Amino acid sequence: MTDLERKQDRSPVPSGWDYAPAPEARDIVTLEERYGVYVGGEFVEPRSGEHLATVSPSSEEQLAEVAQAGPEDVDLAVGAARDAFENGWSALAPSERAKYLFRIARILQERSREFAVLESLDGGKPIKESRDVDLPLSAAHFFYYAGWADKLEYAFPNRSPRPVGVAGQIIPWNFPLLMLSWKIAPALAAGNTVVLKPAETTPLTALLFADVLRQAELPPGVVNIVTGDGRTGAELVKHPGVDKIAFTGSTEVGKAIQRELAGSGKRLTLELGGKAANIIFDDAALDQAVEGIVNGIYFNQGHVCCAGSRLLVQESIYEPVIEKLKRRLTTLRVGDPLDKNTDVGAINSKQQLEKIEELVASGEEEGAEIYQPPCRLPEKGYWFVPTVFTNVAQSYRIAQEEIFGPVLSVLTFRTPDEAVEKANNTPYGLSAGVWTEKGSRILSMANRLEAGVVWANTYNRFDPTSPFGGYKESGFGREGGLHGLEPYLELDESEVRG
Amino acid sequence: MAKAPALPSGFELPLEPRLPRIGSIDQVAVEERAAALARRSIKREAKRFALDMAVRMMDLTTLEGQDTPGKIAALTSKAIRPDPADASVPSVAAVCVYPNLVPAALERVRGSSVKVASVATAFPSGQSPTQVKVAEVREVVDMGAHEVDMVIDRGAFLSGRYAKVYDEIVQVKDACGEAHLKVILEVGELGTYDNVRRASLLAMAAGADFIKTSTGKLPQAATLPVTLVMLEAIRDVYHETGRKIGMKPAGGIRQAKQAVQYLVQLYETLGAEWLTPDLYRLGASTLLNDVLMQIRKEKTGRYQSPDYFTID
Repeated sequence: MTDLERKQDRSPVPSGWDYAPAPEARDIVTLEERYGVYVGGEFVEPRSGEHLATVSPSSEEQLAEVAQAGPEDVDLAVGAARDAFENGWSALAPSERAKYLFRIARILQERSREFAVLESLDGGKPIKESRDVDLPLSAAHFFYYAGWADKLEYAFPNRSPRPVGVAGQIIPWNFPLLMLSWKIAPALAAGNTVVLKPAETTPLTALLFADVLRQAELPPGVVNIVTGDGRTGAELVKHPGVDKIAFTGSTEVGKAIQRELAGSGKRLTLELGGKAANIIFDDAALDQAVEGIVNGIYFNQGHVCCAGSRLLVQESIYEPVIEKLKRRLTTLRVGDPLDKNTDVGAINSKQQLEKIEELVASGEEEGAEIYQPPCRLPEKGYWFVPTVFTNVAQSYRIAQEEIFGPVLSVLTFRTPDEAVEKANNTPYGLSAGVWTEKGSRILSMANRLEAGVVWANTYNRFDPTSPFGGYKESGFGREGGLHGLEPYLELDESEVRG
Repeated sequence: MAKAPALPSGFELPLEPRLPRIGSIDQVAVEERAAALARRSIKREAKRFALDMAVRMMDLTTLEGQDTPGKIAALTSKAIRPDPADASVPSVAAVCVYPNLVPAALERVRGSSVKVASVATAFPSGQSPTQVKVAEVREVVDMGAHEVDMVIDRGAFLSGRYAKVYDEIVQVKDACGEAHLKVILEVGELGTYDNVRRASLLAMAAGADFIKTSTGKLPQAATLPVTLVMLEAIRDVYHETGRKIGMKPAGGIRQAKQAVQYLVQLYETLGAEWLTPDLYRLGASTLLNDVLMQIRKEKTGRYQSPDYFTID
């Protein structure tokens, strides 16, 4: 063999493998410097004359200014929606309504990269989630409800389904475009018109969505968008011209809305907070259960109302589960939301970060044991290291209150009865997870858990055909599926029923 | 069940009920996890690192009835010096051949870092008497093979005769002496991920140095999820006993992009310690040229015609 063939020996074992940055290009998004309110099919300067800045939580850079809509703006928007409702939209042939919804769905698919980038930019969520979850699901919701638009008579036989009127919809900052889709798609399919109030910190994809409506040639006034903080939402809730309020957000605000609407005759659906139990039985497929735990609480930085924030582990497998979980946490990549390899992005706002920090401090004070993997956080922006608390007692605040951040509280149980008791021992009742290889146990647990959604051997899985909503203080009303149409329809109490 | 020899690391049968748990695998979830890992975006220096590593971990393989010393000569030259135009491309880890070709291969690799692996134990079916298989292993080891790739007796495994599978691996390991033992599970015939996990633990308990997915003789060969299941079994054994077992996906890995996906999965499941040819191999016959093409593209910024890469 020649010298050339004589090989250099193996290089030493590398200490790690640094993935090079793989950022999604942001130049696909073009932003205005300043946005007005979207009323009657066009952007107009807010009568309030006020604006507020929206920043990127990963860089604290100001992205744009949006309107702080006041009472007059809300009034104009509701007026435009009423006008559109009475002069055309509600009388339009249902198959024509469906066409608009199909069009919107297709445009969302075509522009999905643009929306995904903007969603990550404005909200801080990893691009892989906005790209693989938020956008496909948003389009799917429009496709799904487009299909219902001309089949309402079949969905609710003998009950003469009719639209309710003007729907005021207030959405949160955790899944801005997806929550918009959950709200707008069924409302329009049922023949209503809409005034939408996006969250204060994440208004941009809703404003970009206005351009989708323009492309789809949706008649003016069918969808109106008013941005602003909680005051704008309050104006919308109390506006006499609104027939129905749909709210997704905190339980505290939900309660205030319900008080405000008492006796007003307005319809209301609320999708509020949660403190879900993710229950791991000792016969579960452990490595997959660990993935489910991670997906349950660190998906979207834990900014998920149905997050599996309380882990209930059967005591006999406590050690291997915690060991596996801690190891897995060391592989989570926290950082630039636009990097395609980022698993955990930025905390949505400074205010939310402070809330998380306050609750985590209380957990340490109360005596829980904290684990955080070694992690380099960017200097600018709002960040929180994925956190696990062990030795948590049911009475600690971190086991009771919704943290809405990447913080997991671990508790143990010995028997299925104890698991049910602990899981249900919360004012909330939105979701739960069950991990076991035993089918009969899945069914019995699903019956006994007080939760609107029970996932078995998976977590945080959504589909437009599946109704979603809570028990107890997690709200009422369902979104998604056939159930999701009901809040947007007047229905005769049918004589053939029951 | 068979009485296991006390291995130096103290990992014995019967397996304790919990440690390591044989456990089970959720098919949907493991496939999702594997797919998620495959979506990592590996670019620039990270990609060059991976491609270089893929070459160093490769077991360049030919397992044909038509193999001749001439074919082996071509293969080993390629193994030692994969890219004649670029001396910075490292040698592959090993060549993998049939027993009769071991002497020819050994002669050609002498003086290089390339090892010679021989399949044995009535490869690929494993449907021969144990003493014949053990004799075959003795033979290839006597010839000087550095590594032995055995197949498990799937017939015994699927009929629940785990002890037979186990005993056979123990005997083969014994016959191997200093040679490294890779145990091929032939996952395409095992049917479920649960079986893959069980067979992985069985093989490791019996003394495997490596576990390997496939013979390459079936259309269903290595996949990302099945490899993930095996890596997780390796991780559990490591955690319980401190023994580091190697992994070798084989069959169906033809593109550099796939190789990078396998390495990402390895890195994020077992960590940087496993990023070495001592603990990971890629069994492949046609992968190498695509990797070489990608390496050259990374270096020059251009793709070159396949005509510039030798077919061996």
